[in-house]
Amino acid sequence: MNANIYRHEFHARWKSVIIWSLALTAMVMFFFSIFPVFADQAALTNQMLAKFPPALLEAFGMNKMDLSTVLGFYSFIIVFAQLCLAVQAGNYGFGLVSIEESEWTADFLLSKPVTRGQVLTSKLLAVLSGLLLTDLVVWVASFAAITFFRGAREYDMAILILLFLSMVILQLFFLGIGLVISLLVRRVRSVTPYSLGLAFGMYVLSAFSGIFGAVKLEYITAFKHLDPAYIVKQGSFDTPLVLINVAVTLVALSVSYWLYIRRDIPAVA
Amino acid sequence: MSIIEVSHLTKYYGKSRGIVDVSFKENEGEIFGFIGPNGAGKSTTIRLLLSLIHPTSGSARVFGKDVVTDGPEIRRDIGYLPSEVFYYEGMKVIDLLKYSASFYKRDCTQRMNELSEIMELELNRRISDLSYGNKKKVGIVQGLLHSPKLLFLDEPTAGLDPLMQRKFFDLIRAENSRGVTVFFSSHILGEVQRLCTRVGIIRDGRIVEISDIRTLQKNNYKKIQVSAKGLTSTAFNIPGVTNIQAENNTLHFFFKGDINEVVKKVSSLKVVDLTIEEPTLEEIFMHYYE
Repeated sequence: MNANIYRHEFHARWKSVIIWSLALTAMVMFFFSIFPVFADQAALTNQMLAKFPPALLEAFGMNKMDLSTVLGFYSFIIVFAQLCLAVQAGNYGFGLVSIEESEWTADFLLSKPVTRGQVLTSKLLAVLSGLLLTDLVVWVASFAAITFFRGAREYDMAILILLFLSMVILQLFFLGIGLVISLLVRRVRSVTPYSLGLAFGMYVLSAFSGIFGAVKLEYITAFKHLDPAYIVKQGSFDTPLVLINVAVTLVALSVSYWLYIRRDIPAVA
Repeated sequence: MSIIEVSHLTKYYGKSRGIVDVSFKENEGEIFGFIGPNGAGKSTTIRLLLSLIHPTSGSARVFGKDVVTDGPEIRRDIGYLPSEVFYYEGMKVIDLLKYSASFYKRDCTQRMNELSEIMELELNRRISDLSYGNKKKVGIVQGLLHSPKLLFLDEPTAGLDPLMQRKFFDLIRAENSRGVTVFFSSHILGEVQRLCTRVGIIRDGRIVEISDIRTLQKNNYKKIQVSAKGLTSTAFNIPGVTNIQAENNTLHFFFKGDINEVVKKVSSLKVVDLTIEEPTLEEIFMHYYE
């Protein structure tokens, strides 16, 4: 770990972290502000939902959600928050070392007296700080929104914390996968298409996994590993799936170190 | 003592050739010129020595340490000016220089200010606002501010105006006179001749010649063009003349040997025009392949 690189990297993503945090805060606040309406007319809501095509409900995981409860409604919002956080984490993962290479600044950094391992660790920690900061803001915003709009309705704090934790695990996953893919492909020219592709691809897979109940897509899509509807309904993580998720992240990060230490830094032709 | 010791260093990028079986030594305090056309493997060699890339086979030692295993330790005392300079676009020059200095365990502020003054660098501009030449100046200050013991200069003068080139050469000479070893890669023979004591010539990834700069020049051809009325190719029928071509009273030829022989011949003519040139790098290579 090198404090200078950490500071530089953190500073470079500072604005991005603020923008993501503000956008997510606005989203959580706005969506949750309509919760009282849903909850007051629970019967009507459920009637309306019953008329939706079952496949659609399945795709959004809404058949397992009770939108009239605090956490049921929150888990509906958090699906979208997870998607955004995944894009953010994917962005940082794909860009972590590839931006230095596509903008040719890698020569500058790696001709300094630091090891590749130190470079990667410092960069990862900087990005991780940014991601955790975003999570923290989302948590505070969520907690504020729930406190403000829940009225007299009760909820289980322990489950809310599990939902909060799911964001961190999910971000680590997309960070690790993004990083390892960026090191496996020859060159990443632009980060956003990759991270959007990865996040939405997995999201769509997760949705389809709901539609074709028999097909076991949940093993490969991170959104199923940390399905908010499941967490709220069962009051716990789906432990085997979460373990798969964490294992994949750890493997991706280890492979990334292995690849980065051996990597030939491309030069301007 | 050898500062750089390269033995049988080979680098392939997949199937495409980087360098093949390159061996040479550079002694402490030397300015070693590394010349060759674009794509010959000059940058590949430097990047291997900086461990930006890893060798396919062979080995290299800098300060007596292996570049693959002791990279970070070696790089403490290395300054590097790449041929194409790229820095973090959003940063200010001063912040980039401070970031660069932060990697070395010594106070570089004074040296940084000295160098910026010499190179007339404006410290408060943004990198993205700088012209190519100004970015190159950032590169020079950045490469020298920590007072390195060994300098890698990869085609350093591209983008610098003649005045800055001269300041830069003075700077490099000054560094060299306080003991800094310089590895100078270039495809411009003139600047190598001005600065270096010894040169290595690389072509198609292989070293074709390593020699003292004087020997190289002595052994070299001069390119001569003479215009005089009624001139025919028989006028310069002396040993050492090759590739003679005549057109419209003008003769072009290469000459290798005692230049006085040519001067004598020329003085006996009523010359309209005369040029004697250094051969271009390409022509030197032709010489090495004859």
